[in-house]
Amino acid sequence: MTVAATPRPVPARLLVRDTLGVARRNLLRIARTPLMLIVSAVQPALLLLLFRYVLGGAILVPGGRYVDYVVPAIFVEAVLIGGMTTSIGLAQDLKSGIIDRFRSLPMARSAVLAGRTLADLSRSLFSLAVMVGLGLAVGFRFHAPPAMVLAGLAVVIAFGYAFSWMYVAIGLATKDPETAQIAGILPFFVLMFASNAIVPVATMPGWLQGFARHQPLSVTVSAARGLFEGGAAGHVIWQSLAWSAAILALFFMISLRLYRRAAG
Amino acid sequence: MIEVDAVSKRFGATQALADVSLSVRHGEVLALLGPNGAGKSTLVRVLTTLVRPDSGRATVAGLDVVGDATPLRSIIGLAGQYAAVDELLTGRENLELIGLWYHLPRSEYRRRADAMLERLGLTGAADRLVRTYSGGMRRRLDIGASLIARPPVLFLDEPTTGLDPRTRNELWRFIAELVADGSTVLLTTQYMEEAEHLADRIAVLGAGRVIARGTADELKDDLGGDRLEARVHADADLQRAASVLADLAGTAPHVDPDQRKVSVATNGGTAFLLAAGRRLEDERIALDDLGIRRPSLDDVFLAVTGAVP
Repeated sequence: MTVAATPRPVPARLLVRDTLGVARRNLLRIARTPLMLIVSAVQPALLLLLFRYVLGGAILVPGGRYVDYVVPAIFVEAVLIGGMTTSIGLAQDLKSGIIDRFRSLPMARSAVLAGRTLADLSRSLFSLAVMVGLGLAVGFRFHAPPAMVLAGLAVVIAFGYAFSWMYVAIGLATKDPETAQIAGILPFFVLMFASNAIVPVATMPGWLQGFARHQPLSVTVSAARGLFEGGAAGHVIWQSLAWSAAILALFFMISLRLYRRAAG
Repeated sequence: MIEVDAVSKRFGATQALADVSLSVRHGEVLALLGPNGAGKSTLVRVLTTLVRPDSGRATVAGLDVVGDATPLRSIIGLAGQYAAVDELLTGRENLELIGLWYHLPRSEYRRRADAMLERLGLTGAADRLVRTYSGGMRRRLDIGASLIARPPVLFLDEPTTGLDPRTRNELWRFIAELVADGSTVLLTTQYMEEAEHLADRIAVLGAGRVIARGTADELKDDLGGDRLEARVHADADLQRAASVLADLAGTAPHVDPDQRKVSVATNGGTAFLLAAGRRLEDERIALDDLGIRRPSLDDVFLAVTGAVP
């Protein structure tokens, strides 16, 4: 991807170097606020325990074990929450004036955003690792060979990274950490509950089923379940990857546009 | 080095800049002086490519702020109220990263960060997080960060706002040292004293317009030049002193009975001061104070900004 519309774009080598510099800056910040890292893993952990032990008993799923049904969905949810921190962090940077300093430097425009999403990905990976451990502890099992399990985790991570760009756009549009946080929960709720993540789509009213079956989170959860079960249906994997690619491309462009205008 | 030609910028209903033109020569320090909301920061933001002007044209070293934004950014440094340092990074990390983003080679930005920390007097605090720094240390680091690539043009946006007087003096000394090696500097400030201390020339901004410009002395001259002031010891001598000074200066004196002060306009300098001293002594008028007073830049500031609706 290139930076469009600047009269003299920064060369690719420097773009990579600028991006890694921003990623380093944000990784250092993450390392120095360990509490935030832990809190962002606590939320999906609570949901996992809630669905496993409180609500799970009341939900019937085809094929039997609810724990194998819901835990892959919690993985997806964990990386989505990881992305949410992106919007809050960016809004904070806008407010503090650090973004103004970045914008006055000869660094590539997209580096500020790409570097942040890459650093925040480490937070998502941490949450995901915690969820895998917790899932196994409460009875979830991978039934597929390791290569397929890794492929399933990769699909989940790709989804989370793509959506972190939606959160970049939310952070840039709201320009305020509190507003960003509240605005970021909305898409999360819609994607999480109007989906096959927690209950089978067949139990929903007809008008909702179409959306719930084909929206990006649902196909990603289906792909992950399939790959973890060892009986994957290839088409949901490709659907999930296509969704992720489309979301990434769309919000990358929107975000760059918003960034150029931010504080202007 | 900096050319601003008829630049205007509006934010909603607010006309932040209205037809502003000014220029800063190579190696010169220009202070933009004005109250809050006068448009100082907006002009800095236009010149540092953060905001596009609605109309007019601005260049820095011949590079247009809109058309040549990317190359322009590599020859400027920005510090001050709108350019933050990172609280969760150490002083050294802040400087090194800024050096990296100016596209300096790694060995070079490391070396320069070291040297800059030394120059900033922050070597001992180099590896502490910035959030443990005092206000003065942060400002020094901020200015140091803007200088790490040795940009020929420097923008300092209210560099000492909110600092206590002692820290401000310290920072002034530091800035004066930095600009001594020939950088072109555009500085914004609300403090007349700061402008007088640091700048070669001053442009007074009010409600988005340049309302006065010149050196500190020129601005003061516009206001009416020097006055000789004498404070007498006893009330009884006040009128006598007034007539002596009126006679000597050939103009009507101003008498302030509350402070037992007489003042007359003069351009006679020290010779006039000595003559006045001798005459008052001859008349056996006891004095508490006698001196030539130049109008302060505060007087200028109040006079010109007071005239703006």
